[in-house]
Amino acid sequence: MDLLNAIVALANFVIVPAIAYGSQLALGALGITLVYGILRFSNFAHGDTMAFGTMVTILATWWFQSLGISLGVLPTALLALPFGIVATVALLLGTDRVVYRFYRRQKAAPVIFVMVSLGVMFIMNGLVRFVIGPDDQRFADGARFIVSAREFKAMTGLREGLAIKTSAGITVITAIIVVALLFWFLNHTRTGKSMRAFSDNEDLALLSGINPERVVLYTWMIVGALATIAGVLYGLDKSFKPFTYFQLLLPMFASAIVGGLGSPVGAIAGGFVIAFSEVTVTYAWKKVLRYLLPENLEPDGLVQLMSTDYKFAVSFAILIIVLLFRPTGLFRGKAV
Amino acid sequence: MSRTPWQDDRGNKDASIANPEGRGSRGFPETTGGTLPAAEPRPAASGSPFLIGENMTGGYGGADILHGCTVAVERGEIAVIVGPNGAGKSTAMKAVFGMLKLRGGAVRLDGEEITRLTPQDRVAKGMAFVPQTSNIFTSLTVEENLEMGAFLRRDDITETMEQVYELFPVLRDKRRQAAGELSGGQRQQVAVGRALMTRPRVLMLDEPTAGVSPIVMDELFDRIIEVARTGISILMVEQNARQALAIADRGYVLVQGRNAHTDTGRALLENPEVRKSFLGG
Amino acid sequence: MNPTLRNPLLFAAVAALIVATGLLNSWNVALNILNMGLISAIMALGVNMQWGYAGLFNVGVMGFVALGGLGAVLVSMPPVAEAWAAGGARVLLALAVAVATIAGAVALWKRLRGRRARGLVLAVFLVIGFFLFRWLFDPAVAAIEAVNPAGTGYLGGLGLPVLIGWPVGGLLAAGAAWIVGKTALGLRSDYLAIATLGIAEIIIAVLKNEDWLSRGVKNVVGIPRPWPVPYEIELQDSAAFVARMQGWGLDPVSASAIVVKLLYALLFAVILLALIWLSQKALNSPWGRMMRAIRDNEVAAEAMGKDVTGRHLQIFILGSAVVGLAGAMLVTLDGQLTPGTYNPLRFTFLVWVMVIVGGSGNNWGAVLGGFLIWFLWVQVEPIGLWIMEQITAGMAEDSAIRQHLIKSAAHMRLLTMGVILLLVLRFSPRGLIPER
Repeated sequence: MDLLNAIVALANFVIVPAIAYGSQLALGALGITLVYGILRFSNFAHGDTMAFGTMVTILATWWFQSLGISLGVLPTALLALPFGIVATVALLLGTDRVVYRFYRRQKAAPVIFVMVSLGVMFIMNGLVRFVIGPDDQRFADGARFIVSAREFKAMTGLREGLAIKTSAGITVITAIIVVALLFWFLNHTRTGKSMRAFSDNEDLALLSGINPERVVLYTWMIVGALATIAGVLYGLDKSFKPFTYFQLLLPMFASAIVGGLGSPVGAIAGGFVIAFSEVTVTYAWKKVLRYLLPENLEPDGLVQLMSTDYKFAVSFAILIIVLLFRPTGLFRGKAV
Repeated sequence: MSRTPWQDDRGNKDASIANPEGRGSRGFPETTGGTLPAAEPRPAASGSPFLIGENMTGGYGGADILHGCTVAVERGEIAVIVGPNGAGKSTAMKAVFGMLKLRGGAVRLDGEEITRLTPQDRVAKGMAFVPQTSNIFTSLTVEENLEMGAFLRRDDITETMEQVYELFPVLRDKRRQAAGELSGGQRQQVAVGRALMTRPRVLMLDEPTAGVSPIVMDELFDRIIEVARTGISILMVEQNARQALAIADRGYVLVQGRNAHTDTGRALLENPEVRKSFLGG
Repeated sequence: MNPTLRNPLLFAAVAALIVATGLLNSWNVALNILNMGLISAIMALGVNMQWGYAGLFNVGVMGFVALGGLGAVLVSMPPVAEAWAAGGARVLLALAVAVATIAGAVALWKRLRGRRARGLVLAVFLVIGFFLFRWLFDPAVAAIEAVNPAGTGYLGGLGLPVLIGWPVGGLLAAGAAWIVGKTALGLRSDYLAIATLGIAEIIIAVLKNEDWLSRGVKNVVGIPRPWPVPYEIELQDSAAFVARMQGWGLDPVSASAIVVKLLYALLFAVILLALIWLSQKALNSPWGRMMRAIRDNEVAAEAMGKDVTGRHLQIFILGSAVVGLAGAMLVTLDGQLTPGTYNPLRFTFLVWVMVIVGGSGNNWGAVLGGFLIWFLWVQVEPIGLWIMEQITAGMAEDSAIRQHLIKSAAHMRLLTMGVILLLVLRFSPRGLIPER
């Protein structure tokens, strides 16, 4: 019984939140890794792209709510998501047209692209704050839990409850669908294969008649969709604040690099590695240990390895370890 | 090469922000395809070769590498360019394919002037090029490599793919494998196979046997002869001059960007001067 | 235009902007801009060393700025004897254990052979070290933070003049840079950007949470002023000062504020000029020529036997030290260390805008960029507000749109910085004062 309680407590406080957070990071890191693989630079504006997509989704959600439209137990934001995606894709394509394309024509060095993305980051950041303000916004509605702790306890008779938030469930299901679609697209469609080919060997792709501008176009479209979905899921699960989204850059970069920059499988694996290590290191293990250890050994403290404020330190430490021992990342980052 | 300020990365090699891998070379001239007034089509005069780069002069921006050099190939024949290191062999090939800007001379395919077309447009015209290095998509499977070769084609490609597999049976067995995992000789087969997927009229090969063993080389040359027999013209640059000239219908010996000797492959092999200077006696 | 004419003109233009602020707005605001501009210029100088001379992309400027500030605090604040008695020695011991654990782990890693055994021994060693550290550390911290938490609750500093704290701040930043550079430079390729991004967040997290060290979000206030700069109240109490100011027809209270700011400006300017002089000297020395040779052709430099990674590490440490120095000057000017206010947009990316706009690779360019961008950063907000008021002038006073627009004007500055950066990168990629 104690073992079961320990497992439930572990699942409730570590596994479920880490899976949800990992899925959000993975979707974000996928966007970063796609841009890195095809446009060949790290996009510092990615966090703010996510914020922009989420902002549009929130505005659309509010509009639906004011019209009295809802999805019942599901959050209205899911209905508003397509609006966010369309707006974000439009913004990215516009940015590419006005900003990035010039540098592609100039065959600019990748690091120049990075600086350009800093400028784009400032603009998007300003835009989001301008429209929706810098404050916290909560926009999750519908049922809060799939399984609440109380129901779970009543169902199983255990002392520990397992609560699964609707947002966590939606996150995982959406992430699985999105990733499956993405991989199907990359591996089984002509356009997807041409994107992988372009990422692998640009010169040869040109010799094969692949149009680079088309590849870039599709990349931004996919990145826009991924960023919006990742941002909305994160916002539903936690809350929306422009600065938090900007700060997500570090764990997302860390995920992409840990997995191997340019490798989509790696980005997903990296997202979960980072999420699980963040959650396990900053979790207070007292509750779990209480069930596992004999009474006289029960810990006095919280048995928290590090305070939650140091979660960045965890992703960073993982990153450094991976880079030291496997500089190309877990999955050899090369092709998309 | 003069660099624009946007190309100046100050020696930055930070892999966490910039991805050098698979980046295109700077060798391609700007895309001009389609916007230039089309060159006047000239009827294919009998006697004029199928593909000819005539009197080509030019280089990569700095000093000229080619000085009035001419290479040509007839329909269904094999033409080989040989010469010492730095003679401009590969440059001549790239010039024919439009990968560098010519200052003088012309390139004609089947009597049509194509001097100002981009490499991509030349692919559409029926030319295929196999670069010396990075000539396959290493992370794609063999079959995907072939599919990408046929990217411009909208019709059914299974038949062409079947032909490639018949030509290179080993590729059929490995078609689901990533091309980067194959041996050197097999990679070259993939590279040639990829180029054949466009159903080209001319196949251009830049040192196809570089870095492969002699046995593999012989095998590759056999396959190239087979390809030529199907009516595809072949223009290739070779380091292994003796073996290459042996299968060539026509051979070009380049020295310092100029034609030094031009004759049939057999005649060049027997030419005492060529033997002395290039073939080691 | 001829650069010998153009460059002084650019500086004159920026000076004119600041003077105009003084005339139109207030001299207080103008001098604030000048002082922060001087500090920004030093930060930009540090980043420019790294990027301009060696192509190193440091996105952790904020962390080094904050460490510099910590240095100033640790040197200048009076020590808290009670806190030291409560747990000072134990904290130091705990930190020593932490360092020893890491050093021991590295040594073990080098000594041991065999994959499995090595990993296992190392893991056990690290876990033991960690728990020993926590066992020593946690009670000591609790004890220190319990000492008068509203007033101190930390160990305090050494009680030395704050001017000594400036180079110490630089040294702290240099130490952090050494650790980061050692790990992130010269793997198969560099991973400096992500490493600096991470370390900066960690440094801020430490400052925010380790109350025993930096009082965390409770802030350290009342950092003493550096040597020539008096307190306003001292001036106002000085009869000679009051008499002279009244003689010039000035209000002694506002004049005292101006005099203090002017003295700060003088002090900062001396340091800035010294740094420029040093870096120009270095750039034109054999060392500087080697740096440029490495930058322009790394392969050739390496073939000639130059230790490229070593040089990169060197310049990274130097640049970070300069940034740290600026950070120490910043908290001295503010008189307080407020870990909660360090924001990467303001302290990392804005400095990058300064460097790029000013002219990467050119020290004078970086300095100009520092002044100009800081001026804009301060002035865009009121200008934005003014524009919004003009736009919305026709709307009703309680119109929601009008209120929203006026409230959002504050965010114009981020937008403007982005636009400036993009415009410069596009139309003047070498910056306002290009490298020759």
